[in-house]
Amino acid sequence: MPRDNAATAVALDRVSFRYEAMEMRFDVAIAAGEFVVVLGPSGAGKSTLLNLIAGFDRPTAGRMALMGEDVGDKVPADRPVTTLFQEGNLFPHLTVAENVALGLHPGLRLTPDQWRHVTMALDRMGLAGLSERWPRHLSGGERQRVALARSLVRNRPILLLDEPFAALDPGRRREMTDLVRTLAKDRGLTVVMVSHQLEEVRDLPVRALFIHDGHIIADGPMAGLLSAPASDEVRAYLGR
Amino acid sequence: MADSDVALGAARPSGRNIAGLLPGLLPGGLVIGLLAALIAVSAIGLLLAAPGTDGRRIWTDPYIWSILRFTVVQATLSALISIVLAIPVARALARRPSFAGRSLLIRLLGVPMVLPTIVGVLGMVILLGRNGWLNQGWGWLGLPGRFDFYGLSGILMAHVFFNMPFAARLMLAGWATIPSEQWRLASQLGMSGPQIFRLIEWPMIREVAPGIAGLIFLLCFTSFAVVLTLGGGPPNATLEVAIYQALRFDFDLQRGLALSVLQVAVCACVMAMLMLWARPIAPEATLQTADARPDSQHPSARVIDVGWLLIGAVIVLAPLAALASRFVTGPVVTVITDGDVWAAAGRSLGVGLAAGSLSLISGWGLLSTARWLDVRRQRRKLAGLLETAASLSLVVPPMVLGAGMFLVLRTVADPFSLGLVIVVIVNAVMGLPFVVRILNPPMTQAARRYDRLIQGLGMRPLDRFRLVDWPLLRRPIALALGLTVALSFGDFGVIALFGTAETETLPMLLYQRLSAYRMDEAAVVAGLLILLCLFVFTVIDKGVGGRATR
Repeated sequence: MPRDNAATAVALDRVSFRYEAMEMRFDVAIAAGEFVVVLGPSGAGKSTLLNLIAGFDRPTAGRMALMGEDVGDKVPADRPVTTLFQEGNLFPHLTVAENVALGLHPGLRLTPDQWRHVTMALDRMGLAGLSERWPRHLSGGERQRVALARSLVRNRPILLLDEPFAALDPGRRREMTDLVRTLAKDRGLTVVMVSHQLEEVRDLPVRALFIHDGHIIADGPMAGLLSAPASDEVRAYLGR
Repeated sequence: MADSDVALGAARPSGRNIAGLLPGLLPGGLVIGLLAALIAVSAIGLLLAAPGTDGRRIWTDPYIWSILRFTVVQATLSALISIVLAIPVARALARRPSFAGRSLLIRLLGVPMVLPTIVGVLGMVILLGRNGWLNQGWGWLGLPGRFDFYGLSGILMAHVFFNMPFAARLMLAGWATIPSEQWRLASQLGMSGPQIFRLIEWPMIREVAPGIAGLIFLLCFTSFAVVLTLGGGPPNATLEVAIYQALRFDFDLQRGLALSVLQVAVCACVMAMLMLWARPIAPEATLQTADARPDSQHPSARVIDVGWLLIGAVIVLAPLAALASRFVTGPVVTVITDGDVWAAAGRSLGVGLAAGSLSLISGWGLLSTARWLDVRRQRRKLAGLLETAASLSLVVPPMVLGAGMFLVLRTVADPFSLGLVIVVIVNAVMGLPFVVRILNPPMTQAARRYDRLIQGLGMRPLDRFRLVDWPLLRRPIALALGLTVALSFGDFGVIALFGTAETETLPMLLYQRLSAYRMDEAAVVAGLLILLCLFVFTVIDKGVGGRATR
């Protein structure tokens, strides 16, 4: 596991959080450019881990650094992070282009150059010609690609994905996961992706974190986690 | 939500940045502060105005006790009769999910709730008063005697007219909560109508009815215009009317204070009981009910349902029809060429717009903080408390607020000259629950869905309003504004306390025509009032709300 500070994108040092009766504590370091998949039963704290990194939830104790900088007091918008949610990524009353443009200026005051940038990002996602459409006229996959286009223009080094493709058909899901991996490689992004669909991630050559009851109880290559489960909890999750 | 207290501590950044909390807390805090100041001013006003008031007076004055007794008796009877009539009407509507005019009838049941009270009262008088339709028919049949409408019976009839339809709509929403599986089960088991009532419908009614009855009790307990007009004399008064009489005619400040204290105490008790026991009810009736019920095709069921639907329709329509017929034959030209009428209408419009805007802005402030507490700080309980604070006017009724302000202002200025300002403030407080009721669900829904995205993008409050809240919420905003403006436009309450020839509003003018028995003129003024109300509501609803969101 990389421990070098300069190359560490996400560093959580005894970051604690309490949700209802559950005490959570996360200790983890993720290297810049790494692709990490977070697995675990529902309610274990997978989304909370992302929300803590993004700054939507504030830890009760512990330290957190993103891209080598302490982010304890930073609001979500000031962190080097962009998040793709499962749904609700797009405002239904704004056009595709406007939804992407929010990533460049949250008040939609863009220069002509920036608008061209938006068009380019949409082209890149294979959405050319859809910029004036309303989100409800797009398919689920297209909507998530619009959201990805926005995360591209935001140009943040860390991309958080919270079950982003769970609402799509299985075939689409795989396609989108591959798209994210290609983007991440091209741009050197650090990706943390929560997944509930073991099928869509089991073949990926990535690092896997397994969360149980608010703690990371397994951490290592995906293949290893699946072939030699380290504990009863992981075995139970895998159904073995 | 016992768990929320636990979660609270978690999300709080241990006292780190109080300044960071300020923008979230400020709007709601400000509104709560203003409401508290308003109550404080009213309370101080009442206490200072009657120095040396002997606290024992409340307990020893037989007049006060007779008023309290009458208030409780009429409110209890009103609530009971309304509920008992509303149940079969709602059941008939639930059992007949598709007949021509059903949705029209449901809409009709919503009319009395938004009809200016004084207009509804006039309709009742034209229908049932001394020379009303009923007594004319009576005489025409050659029957002896006359039906005397003024007094308890008139009050009850008017309260049933205003509240039975409202109760029926809320009960209908209760029927919609019965899962469709239960109807399929009832079909399969071959249950009869009475068995269905006992085993499926009655348990639902038992859950829902007490809350509705409690609310109606509260509304009738603080009833003003109905009781003032139809009470028929001093012993028949609610506390609300008695406060008005004590201040406006007898100028007995001590009695006004004693009555106010009683009023607030009883309202607070009923509110507390409602909050503890009553289940929340969905405000809107769904227009279609699920599966066909096994008992709906029985001949006797048809007869019973048709009968109750007719009764429900007649209760709402008869006073409106009486009003309409008098309006059509009334001296329309005389009234609409009367400058006083238009001056009063102008004042009403000003009061309505000011009060409605004030309600909307305060409601928005309260809900912004409630939304922030709920979505960002996970303090759902506190958010709920803030929303409840909006229903203040149910505990401290308009006449008490008005009386308090009247007595404070008396020491610094001529309260009558500031009458309209006080009316605006009191009406704004009365409109607040409607604003919160209308705006809260869509506002919370939008926040739950988009708040994290908004945070992640770093949208500033003004951009958030312009780009997210306004496009998503302009229709409910328009509805809330239109409704509160219309309600205030037609309100006849505190204005009675302050009204002079110079500050006369349209409802007050109507009341004067009515109490002078100039029924034809009154009917025309009432028609004008309704038309203007509808016009103002529609202009705001369409103008502010715009076309349907994309």
